[in-house]
Amino acid sequence: MSKATDVLMAGFGGQGMLLAGKLLAHAAMNDGREVSWLPSYGPEMRGGTANVIVCVSPEPIGSPLITTHAALVVMNLPSLEKFEGRVRPGGVIVVNSSLVERDPARDDCVVVTVNARRVAKEAGSDRAQNLVMLGAYVGASDVIPPASIEKAIENEFSGKKARFVPGSIAAFRAGVEIGRAAAATV
Amino acid sequence: MTKVLMKGNEALGEAAVRAGCRHFFGYPITPQTEIPEYLVKRLPQVGGVFVQAESEVASINMVMGAAGMGIRCMTSSSSPGISLMAEGVSYIAACELPCVIINMMRAGPGLGGILPAQSDYFQATRGHGHGDYQVIVLAPSSVQEAVDLMTLAFELAETYRNPVMVCADGMIGQMMEPVEFAGEPDALPPNEMGGDDWALGVREGRKRRIVNSLYLSPDELNEHNLKLKAKYDDIAAKETRHELYGPEGDAEGGGGYDLLLVAFGTMARICKTAIDDVRAEGLRAALFRPITLNPFPFADLRRAMDAIEGDGAVFDVEMSMGQMVYDVKLAAEGTRRIEFHGTAGGVVPSPDEVAQKIREILGAAPA
Repeated sequence: MSKATDVLMAGFGGQGMLLAGKLLAHAAMNDGREVSWLPSYGPEMRGGTANVIVCVSPEPIGSPLITTHAALVVMNLPSLEKFEGRVRPGGVIVVNSSLVERDPARDDCVVVTVNARRVAKEAGSDRAQNLVMLGAYVGASDVIPPASIEKAIENEFSGKKARFVPGSIAAFRAGVEIGRAAAATV
Repeated sequence: MTKVLMKGNEALGEAAVRAGCRHFFGYPITPQTEIPEYLVKRLPQVGGVFVQAESEVASINMVMGAAGMGIRCMTSSSSPGISLMAEGVSYIAACELPCVIINMMRAGPGLGGILPAQSDYFQATRGHGHGDYQVIVLAPSSVQEAVDLMTLAFELAETYRNPVMVCADGMIGQMMEPVEFAGEPDALPPNEMGGDDWALGVREGRKRRIVNSLYLSPDELNEHNLKLKAKYDDIAAKETRHELYGPEGDAEGGGGYDLLLVAFGTMARICKTAIDDVRAEGLRAALFRPITLNPFPFADLRRAMDAIEGDGAVFDVEMSMGQMVYDVKLAAEGTRRIEFHGTAGGVVPSPDEVAQKIREILGAAPA
């Protein structure tokens, strides 16, 4: 759990991938690790992808920009099409099956398919689909103790937003279980 | 001190406040808008002043006015906006006024694009506007270093009464990394910047002071230029900063190197990762990273070049079509072969791409 790793998280703008990445970076930083959070900020066509690369390492991060990834989390089909070829063999791919109708074409990775919309709804928080996805990644990759993310969620949603905490954590935990189960069957 | 996770732009804003800056004048432009966005909230909390000017031309002239009053102040922009400020910066340098300018560089020329680039190197290090003047240019390669250099920027500006430019690129502005803010808020005493014998203000019986850049007498203007030249020489002698990466503290690679990369800012970080990768293959590469782009660390770079084993080459990597490489050639004075790799338009070379170039130059097999 202590070696250098990274993840590319991608979806439509508004699907919360940048926030999910921020929670991961925040949690890893609080656990004493070096992190970088590099968002795409370039021009993107409507319906394209908003994505972020999060690097986590025991050492200072060299290049925050990398072109192959240990893991990929995708909320939508354009993101899967654009990025699935960039995952290193043996990596983790988490796909939101509520929007992506096909499986990844990779047979050399741990693939986790999650119906993020349904799982989030069952956890009591429609809006927390991004946290279901983050949970599935954390569960499958063991990148960080889930409790560290939960603490970051509590920090992120403070004041008026504190009411989002229980639903967010429930959605995140549901994701972790799915991720763990998928990794265990490989 | 605790670490906080911040975007580079916001961290720069906070660092300015901590350095005692209370006056910001600026105009929005991607990818630096989070700096004014942060300061418009933050400055009023500490009794400061935020002005969104009607243009970059107005911003820099507001900076000149405030600096003339001995007030610690700054502006920030990105490449096209910095171009608009050129005249004002020339006036500020001519008047010997201190100020800090952030350029969060984006791809050009023209309106260009909003993605990261390093193609304002010439503009920043060659005086930017008209006339014989120089600005001090600092180039951070991480969010933490950007924060640390902001305090230095104000210190240098006030020590030498000269504009200081913090030259980063869009990636550093947009990226979040953990940062620590050293020391207490107000690292420098607010607005006590040696204005005692030159700053304008209420006269209170003292002799009249003039802040001016107009010298119609050729002899007087020549004298003024000689005075500025002496100041720039002094800055060049005292204020160069750099980092050498690779040969020291590397138990596996040993001390020597057969290839010396030269890169700054974001590009230097990418080169570090590439160097780590090729050193694991037994290739001995090192990196020289100028932190001050002006004054450029010519002597230190030359020493690092002289330490390359055998007839090994120098490899300059930039997110431009080749600008700093001219200074690298000046440092080499023809003693080394200089290779160059550059990209433009917001295309950022990957560590793999740089590592592959290193292998090619060293005649090693592709990985």
